[in-house]
Order: sequence, then structure tokens, then C-alpha cells
Amino acid sequence: MEFLVITGVKLALILFIFMTALAYLQWVERKVIAHVQVRMGPSRVGPHGLLQPLADVIKLITKEGVLPPHVNKFYYLAAPFFAVFMALISISIIPFGTDITIPAMVIAGKTFGPYKTMMELADINVGVLLILAVSSLGVYGIALAGWSSNNKYALLGGLRSSAQMISYELPMSLAIAAPLLTAGTLSLRAIADTQKGFYFGFLPHWAIFQFPAPQIFSFIIFMIAAFAETNRIPFDLPEAENELVAGFHVEYSSMSFAAFFMAEYANMVTVCSVATILFLGGWHPLFPESMGSNLVAPLLMAAVGSVCLYHGLNPARPFDRITLPVFAVVFFGMAGLLAFPPTVPIIMPIFWFTAKLLFLLFLFVWIRATLPRFRYDQLMGFAWKFLFPVALLNLLVTGFLVALVS
Amino acid sequence: MDPLFFLLFAFIAVACGVNVVLQKHPISSALSLVAVMASLAVLYLLQGAEFIAMAQMIVYAGAIMVLFIFVIMLLNAGTEETKGRSWMALIFGVPAIIGLLGSLAYFMQTGMPKLGEVKFGDWKGGGAYEVGYALFTQYLLPFEVTSVLILIAIVGAIVLARKELD
Repeated sequence: MEFLVITGVKLALILFIFMTALAYLQWVERKVIAHVQVRMGPSRVGPHGLLQPLADVIKLITKEGVLPPHVNKFYYLAAPFFAVFMALISISIIPFGTDITIPAMVIAGKTFGPYKTMMELADINVGVLLILAVSSLGVYGIALAGWSSNNKYALLGGLRSSAQMISYELPMSLAIAAPLLTAGTLSLRAIADTQKGFYFGFLPHWAIFQFPAPQIFSFIIFMIAAFAETNRIPFDLPEAENELVAGFHVEYSSMSFAAFFMAEYANMVTVCSVATILFLGGWHPLFPESMGSNLVAPLLMAAVGSVCLYHGLNPARPFDRITLPVFAVVFFGMAGLLAFPPTVPIIMPIFWFTAKLLFLLFLFVWIRATLPRFRYDQLMGFAWKFLFPVALLNLLVTGFLVALVS
Repeated sequence: MDPLFFLLFAFIAVACGVNVVLQKHPISSALSLVAVMASLAVLYLLQGAEFIAMAQMIVYAGAIMVLFIFVIMLLNAGTEETKGRSWMALIFGVPAIIGLLGSLAYFMQTGMPKLGEVKFGDWKGGGAYEVGYALFTQYLLPFEVTSVLILIAIVGAIVLARKELD
């Protein structure tokens, strides 16, 4: 009973935060790309376009879902559900913090708790394998969408995505296998916990720095394969708009169209979380607490709040007179929460995890705004002739070093 | 709870297995096969064989069946056309399958009478560590021989494909 209630609460929280984050990830992407290209980006709906995701969602929900007459109805309708299902399922085993203890409470004469729970939905001992399995099942949604649309552009998009995802699965799995050799476990929480601590008092014990085999090459290979797995630029061949119109989702409209976007962003968040846990130490800070790693978060929030306040009080920007001071108050409040001793042990791991996750997500957007698209033969040649041998060599060297030390 | 899950997924596995044969379109058959693989993975999981369950999903559902579907999509295989079933097939087929299943059931009952009860979650040898340890100590020779066999199959496939290309 206790377990069910706690899991239900966690489920609701994670679902709410994750869905909101997915909607706002698109806002972040549009804003960042706009600023890279010296544009404004969304700025009309709400202050700084902050209500744009809400407007987009309302637009997509209220639009008519067109069912083209030439499609295979069952698979056409099932494909977006499948894509979203497979994209959302893997977030349930991502740990994003240490375990927390809720102190005992007395409600209506009965004592509840104390409850101890982990900051994730499920800690399973084959977590990494589950992530791999789910990501390899994700291709069905895209392939079926392309095939059932009965449209040559869509079919080509679906074919390209299946071929691409099968090819890049291999270097990705090999890149994941290398840090597992040093970690010696398959549970994501245990892997993050092996990266606790520091060398020489300052260099974190993260897998990319770890003795005896620093996993920096695995990290790079994993990130390259992750770009291909999530169909992002420079590997977005399945939806290359200047050759395939829109690729596999060309016949989709309304919410089923939005479902593919949601699946893409959810996959991005998942691979970035996995990269954070496997290579960047999960929720463990960049430098030790003795050097003031706990001060980073409140100082950062306070700095952002001060910048907001400064610009909000600037008379040359009359439109921001109300909104920016409100943001400033929000950021100062977060700074206070991050500096408040009772909440620090709970909230600080989440801060470090989120910071690393956001950095990797920013990398995705940054590269989208910077790089052009590969040609299709280059994409396949790169996977099989370069990335796969390099990943094998990396695994071999890692195994050799680990065996030599132990 | 566990027997319920077992019955549910065993039923799904059998129903989808029958569906593989009954469906007329190759994509539907292939997807039914994926569902069979997935429900088998759940059955492994119920027995405590986590590693095998995940390997089942990754290898069969995630790699082999994706390849099947890829080929079906690439060749654009259409719906299978049937020109009615022959009565002879029905007359000889039904008694044959009843005889086959009946004798299977009979020999399994008489040949292995002491199977004992299945207890879910009792067995702890299905994790990645246990499977890896068994594979590299007790079953090292079969493991290595299998890898050589797979290597031979790869080389053979390349040789066959090259002959077609020339």
C-alpha cells in the first residue's frame, strides 16, 4: 500500500515535470537557434514567447486530424502511439538523485512514515540493457509510420530510419559496454555511485576521467551515435525536408504529428540522461564540497536573478518592467532554496544532474544550429567503416587496461 | 499475481503465434512475431531470468525483426492471395495436428512425470553476472565454438552475396 502510494506520487511528479520539460525544450531549441542566427525567435505569445509551447499544444490539439484515404488505417493510427510509448518508457528507470527520507508525520492521529524512497521510478539490475532494448524497439514506430502512409517519401524516410538506427545501435552498444567494464554492474544507480569521489582532491571520479581507462572516446562515440539514434541534425536523414518533404511523418497531422515530435524530444532527454549517468557521474558534483561545490547553484541562481532585475529596472525596456522582476524573484527564491541547509542534500544532486543534462541538451541544439546534414552514403560509411571499428578498438583497449590493473 | 501474469502473457504469446500464420499481410505477420518475442521476454522475466529477457528483446525484437520488416518494406511485399483452401488439406491436416499434439502431450506427461511445481521468482541465477560467469567457466568451449560458427556464417554470407554482385 505504502509502496503504491509513493510510486503513484512519484509517477505523477515525473510525468508532470517531464511533459512540461518536453514542451519547453522546443521553446529552448527555437530560441537558441534564433539567437545563433541573430534572430529573435518566438517573442509574441507571453513574455519572451514563454507561452508559445502552450499555444502550440492548443493549436495541435484543436486541429482536425486528417485521415488520408490511401493509408493502412490500423498501423497509421497505431504508429505514433508506439513511438511515444517507447520514448516515454525508458525515463522510468533513470535515477536523478540520491535517496530521500520523508520524516514521520502525524495526520488525524495516525503516524505515517518515515518513508525512504529513491529518486527514480524503478531501480532494476539490468537497467542499461532495458535502455538498449527500448531504444531498439523505438524504430518500429517510425518504420511503421513510413510504411503505412502509402507514400513514397514517407516509405523512404521509414527505410532510412530503420537502416540508420540498426547501424548506429552497434557503436552505441559498444560505447556503453566500455564504461560498464570499469563499473562492473548494469544498474544505472549503481553505475552512478561508482563515480563518486575525487582524484587528488579535485578531479572527479567520473567515467570520462576514471582510472585505469578514461572513457572520453566512449563518451564521444556514444554522443555521435545518440545524435543518429534520435534522428537529429547532422543525421536527420529520415526527415530531410529538402529531399523527402518531411520524411516518415509527411501524411500525419494534428496530435499524431505532435506525437512524433514528442517522441523525438523524449528520446533526446533519455539519451542525455544516460550519457550523464554513464559518463558524467550522474548527480555527483564537478568538484568537492570542501571547495564549495554547494555554493555554485545558489550563486548561479542569484546571478541570473540579478541580471533579470537589472534589465527589468532598465527604463529603456518598458515591456519587461513587470515580467523580468517577477523572474528575478523566482530565481532569488530558487537560490534561497538551494542554500537552505535542510533542503540541500535533497535538491543539490538534482541540481547537478539537471545541469549536466541541460548542458548535453544544449549541445544537441547547438549542433543543430551549426552543422549541415550528411549525405546518405556518407552516413552509412561513417557508421560501419569508422565509428564501429573505433568503438571496437576502444572496448578492446578498455578491457585490456581493466584486466591489467585488476 | 505472478500466475495471472503468466497466464496473460502465455495467452498473448500463443494468440500472436497463431496470428503469425493467419495474417495475410507479411507486415502483420512480422509484427505478431514481435509480440510473441515480447511476451516470451516477459515469461523469462517472471522466471527471474532478467538477462535472457533483455537479450531476447534486444536481439530478436530489436534487431532481427527490424531487419525482417526492413526487407518487407524494401521489397514492398503485398497481401498474400489465396485461391480457396483445398478440402484434402483439411481432411488430412486436422487429424494429423490432433495426433501430433496428442502424442506430444502424452510423451511429456509420461516421460517427465516429476517436473515439480514452478515457483516464480525463486531462481536467482538469471542476472548478468551469473550468466556471464557460467558462460566463461562451465560453458566456455560451447561458447567459443558458437562464435566460430557465427564467424563461418558471416564469411559464408559475404561469399554468397559477392557471387551475386559479379
